[in-house]
Amino acid sequence: MSAHATSQRIAVGALAAATLLSLAIVAFILFFVLEKGLPQLSWEFLFSGPKDMGKAGGIFPAIIGTLVLSLLAIGISLPLGVLTAVYLSEYTKEGRLTKAIRFGTDCLAGIPSIIFGLFGYVFFVTTLRMGWSLISGALTLAMMVLPTLIRTSEEAIRSVPQPWREVSLSLGATRWETVRKVVLPNALPGIVTGVMLSFGRSIGETAAVIYTAGSSFRMPRSAFDSVRTLAVHFYLLAREGISTEKAYGTAAVLVLAVLSVNLLTYALMNRFIRRRAR
Amino acid sequence: MSLDHQRSPDELRSSHNPKVEVRDLKVSFGGDLALRGVSLDIAAKRILGVIGPAGSAKTTFLRALDRMNELKSGCRTEGKVLIDGEDIYAPSSDPVLLRRRVGMVFAMPMPLPLSIYENVVYGPRLSGLCDKAALDELVEESLSSAFLWEEVKDRLGTSGLKLSGGQQQRLCLARTLAMKPELILLDEPSSGLDPISTSKIEEALTILKERYTIVLVTNNTKQAARVADETAFFLMGELIELNATGKIFTNPADKRTEDYVTGRFG
Repeated sequence: MSAHATSQRIAVGALAAATLLSLAIVAFILFFVLEKGLPQLSWEFLFSGPKDMGKAGGIFPAIIGTLVLSLLAIGISLPLGVLTAVYLSEYTKEGRLTKAIRFGTDCLAGIPSIIFGLFGYVFFVTTLRMGWSLISGALTLAMMVLPTLIRTSEEAIRSVPQPWREVSLSLGATRWETVRKVVLPNALPGIVTGVMLSFGRSIGETAAVIYTAGSSFRMPRSAFDSVRTLAVHFYLLAREGISTEKAYGTAAVLVLAVLSVNLLTYALMNRFIRRRAR
Repeated sequence: MSLDHQRSPDELRSSHNPKVEVRDLKVSFGGDLALRGVSLDIAAKRILGVIGPAGSAKTTFLRALDRMNELKSGCRTEGKVLIDGEDIYAPSSDPVLLRRRVGMVFAMPMPLPLSIYENVVYGPRLSGLCDKAALDELVEESLSSAFLWEEVKDRLGTSGLKLSGGQQQRLCLARTLAMKPELILLDEPSSGLDPISTSKIEEALTILKERYTIVLVTNNTKQAARVADETAFFLMGELIELNATGKIFTNPADKRTEDYVTGRFG
């Protein structure tokens, strides 16, 4: 066997091994959580409120709290992120200002989430007197996922071929019409990917939320009510040693939620791409 | 046009009344002068061929006629371009409205990622046309003029990207025609096409010149010889010679033109 063929085999082997190892880690975590958590799941666990500090009962308010909080956070940050990305990539010339803005967003992305939690506590909860509430938590999460949304949207916008813009402009479109009719529709799959990542991060976030949204068990009635997310609920159950079984049950719901968000988004994205390509 | 009232009836009747007058046009990118002061007239309802070796600023000249150069950063344009006597570089002139009157077909077939139908009505929709019957009629008329209707009439809903290269380029021509432009600019429209697609485009152009003024930039001198009424020879950003096509190819006034059309360089 020649030296080339040998090195080829080693390379393929190493690549396959790395891929398998990554898959194995994911599979192991999923198996571990689901094996301990799934037996805990029942209609009562999913659709009733907790009793006795969470030792008994269910997690319904936490499911609702997590969903509402994450959706609100995305609702706030998505328009802001996409408009920023459009402005940066379509309306500004590459220069010091755009570099500074990009550096800023990158730094923002690297800040640990507990710092966002601290800032949200000082700014939204106390200074703006919003208290531990859905709105404080959502604003904090929105700030946290904003860099991801800006960068993924920007990448998606840049991947739209330049000649399409020229064609649109040559047909008498304004820059904004070109953005609306050509750039954004074709950047959508990439933007949706960013939304998906951000939504997943919001659902699973603990540190930024515990100091801003609080940990109330009750079902929220307004944006100024405190909520407890699944991640916070899990953290408190496990840390305070309240109930390991319920903690695993909560973890299983959390994992399944993230998984189904991803699957749903992929399904929507595929449908969208097929509809356009027809 | 809106400025017609400023001209005497004699001028309007004159057969020498040019559609486009270019005066000392200079275009530079980032300080490098690409187009070095070109002056010429483009006659109405004729095809002007523009030939010259690579790097002679043919495309820059073409893109100056619908202000597409300025989309690149660092571009500077000097001189005048008058369309129907109206200076398109005047401060009050709107490039968006200009581009609705001047159509462009690019070198590479570049359909938008939309259906065939939506590609054709893209421009007219922007101009505010939304009547379904009128749009349907416009689609059939434009695709027929571009010799594409028979091939696609049963699948107007399929993506323009699914057509062959030659069909895509005719779709781009149809898309431009749907704007009912006064001036059509073609930038090497058949550089990536096979001979049959090329001849279909050329056939379309010779029929279209009855209604439109056409500027055709081409790297293929034979194409200019086949379809252009007048031909301009560009070299290093300068206009060397503009003459009737027959004269350019048989008895050019300038030695450099002769060298180029006989294939001695370029």
